[in-house]
Amino acid sequence: MSAAEPILRVTDLNVSFGGRSVVQGVSVTVNPGECLALVGESGSGKSVTARSLIGLAGSGSLVRAETLEVAGHDARNLSQRRWRTVRGRQVGFILQDALTSLDPLRTVGKEIDDALRVHSKGSGAERAARVIELLEAVGLDDPVRRAAQRSGELSGGMRQRALIASAIALDPVLIIADEPTTALDATIAASVMELLGGLRQSGSGMLLISHDLAAVATVADSIAVMQGGRIVERGPREQIFEDPQHPYTRALLAAVPAGKPRFTRLSPTAQATAATSSHSQPGEAAAPNGLPGAVVRPLLRARGLAKTFPLGKSADLTAVRNVDFELLPGRTLGVVGESGSGKTTTARMALGLLAPSAGTVEFLGEPWSSVPESARRPRRALLGAIYQDPLSSFDPRLSTGAMLADALSGGATRNPRAHVGEITELLAQVGLDAGLAARNPGTLSGGQRQRLAIARALAPKPRVLICDEPVSALDVSIQAQVLDLLDDLQRQLGLGYLFISHDLAVIRHMSDEVLVMRAGEVVESGATEQLFTAPQHEYTRTLLAAAPTLLGR
Amino acid sequence: MSTSTATATPTRSPGFPWSTVRWLLGKLGGGIFVLWAVATAIFFGIRMIPGDPAEAIMGGPGSQASAEALAAARAQYGLDQPLYVQYFGQLWRLATGDMGTSYALKTPVAEVLGELIPPTLILAVLALLVAWAMALLLAVLSTRSGGLGTALGSGLEIVSAAVPHFWLASVLILVFSTMLGWLPPVSTNTPAGLVLPVITLALPLAGFLGQVMRDTMLEAQRSAFALSARARGESEVGVLLRHSLRHAALPAIALSGWAFGSLLSGAVVVESIFARPGLGRSLLAAVTSRDIPMVTGVALLSAAAYVVIMAGSELAERIADPRIGPS
Repeated sequence: MSAAEPILRVTDLNVSFGGRSVVQGVSVTVNPGECLALVGESGSGKSVTARSLIGLAGSGSLVRAETLEVAGHDARNLSQRRWRTVRGRQVGFILQDALTSLDPLRTVGKEIDDALRVHSKGSGAERAARVIELLEAVGLDDPVRRAAQRSGELSGGMRQRALIASAIALDPVLIIADEPTTALDATIAASVMELLGGLRQSGSGMLLISHDLAAVATVADSIAVMQGGRIVERGPREQIFEDPQHPYTRALLAAVPAGKPRFTRLSPTAQATAATSSHSQPGEAAAPNGLPGAVVRPLLRARGLAKTFPLGKSADLTAVRNVDFELLPGRTLGVVGESGSGKTTTARMALGLLAPSAGTVEFLGEPWSSVPESARRPRRALLGAIYQDPLSSFDPRLSTGAMLADALSGGATRNPRAHVGEITELLAQVGLDAGLAARNPGTLSGGQRQRLAIARALAPKPRVLICDEPVSALDVSIQAQVLDLLDDLQRQLGLGYLFISHDLAVIRHMSDEVLVMRAGEVVESGATEQLFTAPQHEYTRTLLAAAPTLLGR
Repeated sequence: MSTSTATATPTRSPGFPWSTVRWLLGKLGGGIFVLWAVATAIFFGIRMIPGDPAEAIMGGPGSQASAEALAAARAQYGLDQPLYVQYFGQLWRLATGDMGTSYALKTPVAEVLGELIPPTLILAVLALLVAWAMALLLAVLSTRSGGLGTALGSGLEIVSAAVPHFWLASVLILVFSTMLGWLPPVSTNTPAGLVLPVITLALPLAGFLGQVMRDTMLEAQRSAFALSARARGESEVGVLLRHSLRHAALPAIALSGWAFGSLLSGAVVVESIFARPGLGRSLLAAVTSRDIPMVTGVALLSAAAYVVIMAGSELAERIADPRIGPS
């Protein structure tokens, strides 16, 4: 590396909010053309660290540091006026969620133009030309039209690109990106990462923030791992990946599902493994009647499933067409595809919540989609579901215990005292403390909520669980625990999972068989390992190429 | 929605806004329906009030009009005809713009209304503008000055939103006319004469609008897009002007149609207290003297005003919020 002055030099950064310390003794250095990744789970203080670097830690924050040099300025005593000349011009800041980070009432062209206007770069016409140039530079097609659109009219990837364009409008020497790809599909995330990597090539320093080690693997030169407001380990990328020293770093690496075969544990609590690993041959462990050679009947079977939504006068929208699948006891059928590929529509038809336009679903060998709801109701309890956002599937007025009592009694009672023993048992089964029964689900953490959703789904003793993006909103480390839990439950109870995700690594880790969906159609299906090692369809290969992996694994 | 359709999200064509024209035509149709419904309701409603309309024509029950005179009045006003003939006749006259002659004033209703609309309209429009200005000021000041300012502003808003018009008018007259002698207690059409009635109408509304604006404004100030703007180097004033104000204005615009209606009904009280000529006071007089054509005229006019104002505020919303597309 050159001997150039670092663009960012921070030593002993401490940030507290009203006496509560959230960042302690953090020191980082970023040189021109270098990318440092700050990795840790939610609440580790990484976002606050990032915001402190541009003087926007928030109201009520107290920021102290021994050194805080940002782009050659001593940021400890910059006036608000001086700060405004640094932000945007010398430091570009990219926030996580582009939908909320761009003003929904203004065109993206205006938002990008703001960065130029604030720092009075050129006349209106010059700035307009530069906006188009920038939109082109971040890889948006038809930039003139895009400039006149608002964030709500753009897809997630386009929005993120537009946001990046507004951050790099003035060629800042330092770019801070806070979870820039977290909400995006794998192929889109990969292309956004590539874009960010390209910016670094042009000499800007970069501070990349993420909860996912795999997500930063392609771009970061060095990595600092944060836990509880402190940096617990740092080093060059290879060193972190190949020879992690701190147990937390190891846990984060183990949590990444990419390249971990089925039934490998992802989370550090390994006690359960000993009990179950002895009979953990996939498929065999789950054979319901335990007799080898017995015919295993599928739990759920779909034939020629299709769904078309009428769109008024214009052409109808075909969300799903001609989908076939069979789900066997104790097995997981993974459904993978990007947003809008018809995964959730398929799940809703399997659940009997949406009538298929064509084709049938059979559940436990009997008609399911073609019979009236009254005929489905007796079997409803045997088909559970968990979703991406568990909280929105909970009645906010019910305590955890009341919710489980409701599920256990089939809606007959919400009095937790009627089912104390079963509730405690259910909570223990999903690794939750019995004391949580009295709490409101709103007070639980993201991981606890998803465990609770699983407990509720298990209450009526189902045979099948439909899991629709169950871990997509979770940090990688929490995701690991929930995936391990689902694994354990499947082995103990012989459940069949219809597992939907946009994340290939998660699907590969969880599934025995996989359907790859695109624009409503199954483009490829087959046994997981075969499909992943020798993909037949072009689209599957594209998806695989985009999926983040840990280097060399 | 698939990824491929998402990339080709249809946008509104930059050419002639046909969707807006279609929307306006729809509003017009709806408005005509509302006017018909109001005319019908009044026609039948008034006939359910006990008493003889002919008596009202002759100057009320106290006039002791003879049976012949009453019969003549009935014949003159068509009140002796079958109900359906009267109903369709009335609809036809209203559709052709003939609102009849006031029983009490013996002048065409249209003429009376023509004289009364401008003073009330001036009062209501001024009050709405002043309310908006005060609400904006209150919202901006209380969001800018942090905790204490916010609490103070919100307290002020609740008090002013809760104050009844008649009480506020009396206090204002007492202070500014009787004690200080700065402004006239009776409203004439001079600028000085308008001040007190306008403030009386505007203050409660300002409190209400201010509350709504401040909540949305605080939300916008704390949003991710505001953080993005600051990270771009935008000043706090810039964030306010370019982002928060517009967000804050949306619910206030949506409420303004309703607010204008409430101003018209508030005008009934205010015009009476300040002895100001206008629709409100005349409606009060017409109802007490059972002047059917006048009541019908004022009611239809109010309904028409509501229709126009609601459409206007919706149109303003569509302009301010581009997300409301053709639906």
